[in-house]
Amino acid sequence: MIRTVETQVLIIGAGVTGTGIMRDLALRGIKCLLIDRQDLNAGASGGNHGLLHSGGRYASSDTETAAECRHESDLLKRLAPQCIDDCGGMFVAVDGDDPEFAENFPEACAKAGIECESLSIAEAKSREPQLSDKVFAAYAIPDATVDPFRLTLENVNHSMQLNGSSFMPHMQLTGFEVAQGMIKYANVLDTRNNESIRIAAEQFVNAAGCWAMNIAQMAGCDDVSLVYSKGTLIVSNTRITSGVVNRLRPPGDGDILVPGGTVSLLGTSSLTIDDPDNIHPSIDEVDRILSEGEAMLPVLGSSRFIRAFCGVRPLIRSAGSASDGRKASRGFSLFDHEDQGLGNFVTIAGGKLTTFRLMAEKTGDLVAARLGNDKGCQTATVPLPSGGVVHWSEPGLAARNWCKKADPSDLILCECEMVPQSSVDEILLQAPGAEDHMSLKAIALRSRIGKGACQGAFCSMRVTSYLYDRGVYEDNEGMLMMRDFVNERFKGIRPVLWDRQIPQMELAETLHCGMTGLDLVNKKDEPS
Amino acid sequence: MKRGYRHIKTRLAVIGAGIAGFAASIFALEKAIPVVQLGHTGAIAYTTGYLDLFGVSEAGIIDDPWAGLEQLRRTEPEHPLSRLANEDILTAFEIFTTVLSKMGIGYTVPGSENLHGLLPAGLIKPTLSVPATMLSGIKAMRRNEKTLIIDFEGLAGFSALEFKANFAGKWDQISTHKMSFPGLPSGQAYAETMARAIEVADTRQQLAEKIIQAVNGEKYVGLPAMLGMHEPDEVHADLERLTGLEIFEIPTIPPAVPGIRLREMFERVLPARGLVLEPQLKVKHVDFADQKVHLFLSGPLEDLEVEAETVILATGRFLSGGLNAGRNGLDENLLDLHVSQPPTRNDWYRLDYMDRRGHAINRAGIETDIDMRPLDVNGRPYSDRLFAAGAILAHQDWVRQRCGAGLAIATAYQAVEAAGRFLHG
Repeated sequence: MIRTVETQVLIIGAGVTGTGIMRDLALRGIKCLLIDRQDLNAGASGGNHGLLHSGGRYASSDTETAAECRHESDLLKRLAPQCIDDCGGMFVAVDGDDPEFAENFPEACAKAGIECESLSIAEAKSREPQLSDKVFAAYAIPDATVDPFRLTLENVNHSMQLNGSSFMPHMQLTGFEVAQGMIKYANVLDTRNNESIRIAAEQFVNAAGCWAMNIAQMAGCDDVSLVYSKGTLIVSNTRITSGVVNRLRPPGDGDILVPGGTVSLLGTSSLTIDDPDNIHPSIDEVDRILSEGEAMLPVLGSSRFIRAFCGVRPLIRSAGSASDGRKASRGFSLFDHEDQGLGNFVTIAGGKLTTFRLMAEKTGDLVAARLGNDKGCQTATVPLPSGGVVHWSEPGLAARNWCKKADPSDLILCECEMVPQSSVDEILLQAPGAEDHMSLKAIALRSRIGKGACQGAFCSMRVTSYLYDRGVYEDNEGMLMMRDFVNERFKGIRPVLWDRQIPQMELAETLHCGMTGLDLVNKKDEPS
Repeated sequence: MKRGYRHIKTRLAVIGAGIAGFAASIFALEKAIPVVQLGHTGAIAYTTGYLDLFGVSEAGIIDDPWAGLEQLRRTEPEHPLSRLANEDILTAFEIFTTVLSKMGIGYTVPGSENLHGLLPAGLIKPTLSVPATMLSGIKAMRRNEKTLIIDFEGLAGFSALEFKANFAGKWDQISTHKMSFPGLPSGQAYAETMARAIEVADTRQQLAEKIIQAVNGEKYVGLPAMLGMHEPDEVHADLERLTGLEIFEIPTIPPAVPGIRLREMFERVLPARGLVLEPQLKVKHVDFADQKVHLFLSGPLEDLEVEAETVILATGRFLSGGLNAGRNGLDENLLDLHVSQPPTRNDWYRLDYMDRRGHAINRAGIETDIDMRPLDVNGRPYSDRLFAAGAILAHQDWVRQRCGAGLAIATAYQAVEAAGRFLHG
């Protein structure tokens, strides 16, 4: 017999929007179940540069989106400061860029209500010494960065505390059961053990990001139409600038460098693709963003990069946007699907990381109204509390705690990021979504493991040994998970392999194949 | 302080201090060719201690490496091992393992079949010769003997439970035990520290007592590799005597004892046998004049000039600094030798890391003639006095094919033979 799980609201998609809706509804007293085909931030929420937009990027082309960004970023800086590095930002134009575009920038910012301070070249270079000598115009704007992993973890953690809302990762939606214009059940498959589960809910929310169109279609709705725009970024092994540096010109490849704790992220390319699945960053894209980035910051040409990654922007298709993701709207749309004959289904699509709270508010308003709940949205006033076990994703924190505790028996498992086994224990025991079946990948998602210079070459082996030691695995499952983990990591490492990363890679392959034999591991049903 | 300067003359200079470099020096000493060995220690610290010849092809694990090499000559005729005769490879292996055993680390005699060397995570590495301290584990696995695997508190990356879980189905009679290492404070522990500690008889005695308490009917006991740094065979024999058990070592992830052990032994024993070893200085520049090769080295305190008649280049790949990978291509670091390589950076690596066919960049390297002389882009030798050996050679994938030691030993042998012919010309 198929197990049935009941909830008031089922939210599909555990990115920043889905978890934001979960918290929005939980604050209104509505109980939610959040599911994801993979795990937290598996899509665009985990594949972006973590920029908390001041709105400056959109000021010249889309005043409405720019003003929305300004308003939302102000709110988040006040209400979720633990997730934000309020590092400031700058727009710079270099020789060859359109001087008129640069001249009009302060006025465009003023229209959207964005603070914009004109900087002398000397002032700009004293703030960011790595800037090119070819900079001819510079403006300071209130850009900041946000840790999207921390944000989703905090959202889930707070919702669980508020009213026992819950999160189930690795749930693949297989279909909806509809009767009399209402969805009765969502059928899902637990991809870890192939168990089929039926989820009964009063309201169903589709927050599946770039998969939202597919999910809507499964419910028989053909009103959601998305354009998929792939964006690739590269991560340096040190922080190159203190604040965000944007190129002052219409959006293009390699036009932004965003600090992320101890590293910097250079982005972003934009490539319209047909299928949001099975994407990987390519060497061409990396070379392109790097050569563009060097125009603003020549030091990038000799910087060491440890990883590339990509995400897919789910953009709302509108007239003229079919072929160019960059010109499509960065705004969001809420679909109530009532004209599609469904009374308890809603899709939220498009939008951006910075405006996730607003997207969640609009979705929450519709869902709450349908449930007859008139409590109103509280995410614009209630601060996001800092939960206990969600903070291991913060760079440097594991090291600080380890030093503070000074317990010599607490072994360091990841030497690049100084993650001790006690953090792994804590994540295993208490982190959201970690209740059962914890994989190396899931631990890495919730900590700094694998994010340092060795990119998981050593710590994957140490953590795997430790998990075996704790009795998490009893057969070669741990070895297969380690293989999946290093394979997945490699997709991001491959495009930045040159110079000093090549000896690292050679060592990693020696360890993974020669020392461990990962290339010869077989699943039980695979031929040896 | 005044900077020192020295000048030495030799008949053969070996550049590189990995297995290939040391093997070349050993073969030269055997042939009584005066030899100077230069350069920092390469990737030797990362070895398991196993000496593999040819263990894995695309079809999978190879049991008979000699038949495997015959097959390789048909499928990969450009592979450095394809171009050598089996009997020369065997001779090289025999000399090398005999010398290692005489120097103080016993190695098994290379035979007709690969041994299944045990790996720390519970998988195997097909290998031709293993340290004597590791042999009885291989025997125990083959016969599915009742065996106790011991791990130590504080030694990250070695778990007896992991070893057991991954051998399940092939070797079922494994039990596990975790213990503290006698005399070490609690906290992070390193195999190297243990290896030095166990050379003290008292520590050995204490460990033997703990092992005796831990066994429950098992005749075989496996430990992470830490049975002494300088006299592993003596430590091993003594521990077996004290416990009355068959004891064996299992390699560990770096920093690991078997590699450090080899390096320290080479550095300690080879100079006493006549090798001039300069491990602290880095070769900066090499100049091929008409009749001599001049090598210029420098270190923090002194400069050294070596005048050699012949040179063997055994500088390894990227990790050891033999090759360099720029954004636009691969080059050889010391002499800017021609590097056979894939056309673009896009061709270096496949999309799937664990693809069993391996990655093209690992088959890039120096091409040589049959006398191991590096060839320029037109296929002509760079110099009659220059020879190359080991991982720097093109058309092989030593990691995936499990042929690193065999490649190093056999090509070093061939290079020394060729250098010897030139010198005695």
